[in-house]
Amino acid sequence: MYAQMIKSTGQGVKSLDEMEPQERAFQERIDAGGKIEPKDWMPDGYRKNLIRQIGQHAHSEIVGQLPEGNWITRAPTLERKAILLAKVQDEAGHGLYLYCAAETLGVTRDDLTRDLLSGKMKYSSIFNYPTLTWADMGAVGWLVDGAAIMNQVPLQRTSYGPYARAMVRICKEESFHQRQGFDIMMKMAKGTDAQRKMAQDALNRFWGPALMMFGPSDAESVHSAQSMAWKIKMNSNDELRQKFVDQTAPQAEYLGLTIPDETCKLNEETGHYDFAQPDWDEFFDVLKGNGPCNTERLEARNKAWDDGRWVREGLLAHAAKKRSAKMAAE
Amino acid sequence: MSSPESSPYKATEAAEHTETRKTEWPLWEIFIRGQHGLSHRHVGSLHAADAEMAIKNARDVYTRRNEGVSIWAVEASAIAASSPEEKGALYEPANDKVYRHPTFFDIPDEVGAM
Ligand SMILES: [Fe+2]
Ligand SMILES: [Fe+2]
Ligand SMILES: [Fe+2]
Repeated sequence: MYAQMIKSTGQGVKSLDEMEPQERAFQERIDAGGKIEPKDWMPDGYRKNLIRQIGQHAHSEIVGQLPEGNWITRAPTLERKAILLAKVQDEAGHGLYLYCAAETLGVTRDDLTRDLLSGKMKYSSIFNYPTLTWADMGAVGWLVDGAAIMNQVPLQRTSYGPYARAMVRICKEESFHQRQGFDIMMKMAKGTDAQRKMAQDALNRFWGPALMMFGPSDAESVHSAQSMAWKIKMNSNDELRQKFVDQTAPQAEYLGLTIPDETCKLNEETGHYDFAQPDWDEFFDVLKGNGPCNTERLEARNKAWDDGRWVREGLLAHAAKKRSAKMAAE
Repeated sequence: MSSPESSPYKATEAAEHTETRKTEWPLWEIFIRGQHGLSHRHVGSLHAADAEMAIKNARDVYTRRNEGVSIWAVEASAIAASSPEEKGALYEPANDKVYRHPTFFDIPDEVGAM
C-alpha cells in the first residue's frame, strides 16, 4: 500500500492484564472505538509507528506526482491536460494533509522530507515504475488509485484522530482520480487497434506492481498484529488484495482487456476471484532501491528541494523584514 | 486542535535534524467557513512564511472544491489549548448541573409542545 512493511515494536501484542493502568486505559479507549488525539498519552511505539506509517504515506503522495506529472505536457487534449493537472494537484494536497497529521506527533515536515531525500524513509514501491505511454495515465488512475482506495477507506476509522480526518478528506477526492483513469481506459480500449494495444500493454505492466502495493502476506506478522490492535491498520494485506482483484477483474472484462494472469478466474465455490501472487522477489528488489525509477525519483525530489532552497530562505527573510518594519512603524 | 506546539520528538528515525527547525516556515492552523452559514471550522495546518502566504496556501490546500467562503489562518504557536489530563476538573462544574438540559423537567402532555 502507500505505506508498506511498517515495523512495529516486534514484541507481539500485550494483553490488557499485562499493561500498566495508563496503557490499559489507552487500549480500552481504542477497543471501544474512541479516538486518540495529539495531546493524549500514547505508548511510544504507537507514536513511532504512526510517524513511520503516515510519513511513508505522505511521501508516496508526493513522489506519486512524478509518474503522472510526466504526461501533463503531452496529454492528448486540453481537457485531459486540465483533468490530469487537477489530479496531480490533489496528490500534492494529500501529501500535505498527511504531513500535517504526522506533525501533530512531534516531527516536522522538514524532518520527514530530509529522511525521504536521504533514502532513510520509503515511499510506495509502485512509484518506482515508469509511465511509458498515455495509456499508463489510465492504468495508474484505475489500478493504482483504485488499490489505494481499498486501503484508505477503512483507514477513515483509524484510532488516531488527525490521521482519520486526513483520510476522510483524501477519500472524498480519490474517486475522481479512479474514474478519470477508468475513463481514459474506456476511450482507449474502445478506440483504434493501436489504442487498444496500448491499453492492454499498460494493464500488463501495472497489474503485478498494483498487487504488490498491498505488501506481502502478513497473516503471521507480529508487526501487523500490533498495528491492528492499535487500529492503525484495519485489514490484512491479503484481505485487501482479494477485494481489489474481485473489484477489478470484472472491470477489465468490461473494457475487453485481459488480466495478465491465466489463473485469474471467478471461483464459484468461494465467490472470489482466484489469482496468482505477483513476483515478490521483484518487490523486495524495488524496495531495496533497484526498481526501474528509484534513482530518478529520488534525484527529482532532491533537485526540487535544493533548487527551492533560495525561495524558502528568501521568503522567510522577507517575512522577517516586513515584521520588523511593521514593528518600527507602531 | 490539530497541531499547536509541535515539540521535537526525539525517539524516531525522523528527528535528529535540529538545524532544520530554524529555517522551517512557521506552522499555521487553518479554519474555514463553509457555504451554509456555519462557524469557521478547523481543517488542518500548513507551513507558510507569513500570514498572507498562509491564506493563499490554505486556498490551494483546503478549498480546491469550493469548500469555503472564508479562511482564517492562526499561527499554531499562538494557540492556547486545554490539556487532556485536566479534562475531569475542567468540565466538572458542568457535569453536576443536569437541570441545564431541558429533559430535566417533566412537562405534562396536555400542555403541548414546549
Ligand atoms: Fe492520493
Ligand atoms: Fe494516489
Ligand atoms: Fe489519488
